[in-house]
Amino acid sequence: MTTAAQWVVDALTAGSFYALFALGIALIFGIMQLVNFAHGELIMVGAYVVYLTHAWPWPLMLAAAVAAVVVLALAMERIAFRPVRGANPATLLITSFAVSFLLQNLAQMVFTTLPKSADVLPGLSRSVSAGRLSVSWLSVVTIVTTAALLAGLALFLRRTRLGVQMRAAAEDFQMARLCGVRSNRVVAAAFAIGGLLAGVGAVLLVAQTGGISITMGLAPVLFGFTAAAVGGLGSLPGAVAGGYLLGAGTTLLQYALPYQLAGYRDAFLFLGVFALMSVRPGGLLRAPDAAVRV
Amino acid sequence: MLTVDDLSVHYGRIRAVRGVSLRVAPGEIVGLLGPNGAGKTTTLAAVAGAHRPAAGRVTLAGADVTGQPAERMVRHGVTMVPEGRRIFATLTVAENLAIGATVRRDRAGAAADVEEQLARFPVLRRYYRSPAGLLSGGEQQQLAIARALLSRPRLLLLDEPSLGLAPQLVDLVFETVARLRDEGLTVLLVEQNASRAVDLADRCYVMRGGEVVARAGRGELHPDRLGALYLGDRELL
Repeated sequence: MTTAAQWVVDALTAGSFYALFALGIALIFGIMQLVNFAHGELIMVGAYVVYLTHAWPWPLMLAAAVAAVVVLALAMERIAFRPVRGANPATLLITSFAVSFLLQNLAQMVFTTLPKSADVLPGLSRSVSAGRLSVSWLSVVTIVTTAALLAGLALFLRRTRLGVQMRAAAEDFQMARLCGVRSNRVVAAAFAIGGLLAGVGAVLLVAQTGGISITMGLAPVLFGFTAAAVGGLGSLPGAVAGGYLLGAGTTLLQYALPYQLAGYRDAFLFLGVFALMSVRPGGLLRAPDAAVRV
Repeated sequence: MLTVDDLSVHYGRIRAVRGVSLRVAPGEIVGLLGPNGAGKTTTLAAVAGAHRPAAGRVTLAGADVTGQPAERMVRHGVTMVPEGRRIFATLTVAENLAIGATVRRDRAGAAADVEEQLARFPVLRRYYRSPAGLLSGGEQQQLAIARALLSRPRLLLLDEPSLGLAPQLVDLVFETVARLRDEGLTVLLVEQNASRAVDLADRCYVMRGGEVVARAGRGELHPDRLGALYLGDRELL
């Protein structure tokens, strides 16, 4: 019983990270049909801002990291992706790789290749125990913060004019424009929200691992993209579901695999993803095509 | 209202529309007819701002609006109901209508217009909070027209509004378009159902192979003549 509860907490913690990253990727894919691999560099830049500001009071540090990443995301959209909007997927993909490598190299020039470390919010590493169940405050904060962000985003998308326009644009971008929806505004909003999620994710990631490096965005973007694909690329609920499913799978393998195979956890995880995608190539919650009754 | 001069639209090397010119006067319905691949939809899309013309000029009430993007054309008063309806299936009927009113600044006026459209198309009220993807084809067409009308267009571009609908729904669509004209709206209509379009329209243009091959006023296009034009007779040019 305790093990099951512990597993649930661990799965929710890992799933929260994946959901944050997957949602940022799915939001932009839904509107622009762009798999933005430079999303990882938003996380990396957020982490370096945390490194530079970790001595500040935590609200200021959090605000600085999120603000920097949102501004960078908006600049990325304006400078790199707007000129190629509407281009074929290969062009968009290559542009995202170019932005990714550019940002990595800029970070290398400023911070060198040596990993940095930052002890962020040390109080969160303490645990609360109930019987044999032990939960770190960082897990609690990660789960609650993610849940609050998801709820806030859901409210924004359902209750605000811009949110409804973003959902319409994600479903049929050209038709949304034919209805008068301003394309620049919805795309910029998608990047800004993606930046917000990446910024918060970066702070939580540094708080959890303590390490910062120029390639640290690679794994989150890979897992985020996988989670978004598992959920159904373009579907926002799908991205969240995919994130938590991936978190559950990772944690399950961590608990179940014998010691000798523990190092191959991700290989087993992606084997499972491969099997799932073979059965449901469109993902779990792909937006259904409009079923027309005549 | 609308003047199109020498319009050409290319898809890469394919010249889909070549030197098309047409006029639409305020308050009239103008039909754009022709066989599949004639360039009718491309012409409509170029007017709506969905395609950038390679050459030519689009003028709206005297103002040059050539090549302006779709979102700006809606603000100029040109709204398109595309072929296949293209309602937002995962959004509710209410949200689809709200998207239609995107360009409206007068919230109260837009809310009153939503009520007006719900009175015009009562079925939309029944499904107001339901996902639009659950509507039948005919209901979706009504939603698509209502959504377009919520932008308060001066010129409505209708692309194949009767396509794939049951006969009684086709009647409803054509009756609705006729009523819109009576209310003073200007309509440019692309329609495969040529005989119905000829009956409804004040004037018609016939396109074939990306060009306008004939133009005629009401009653001037006999079905036999129309058939010949579809097949290649240029007698009415």
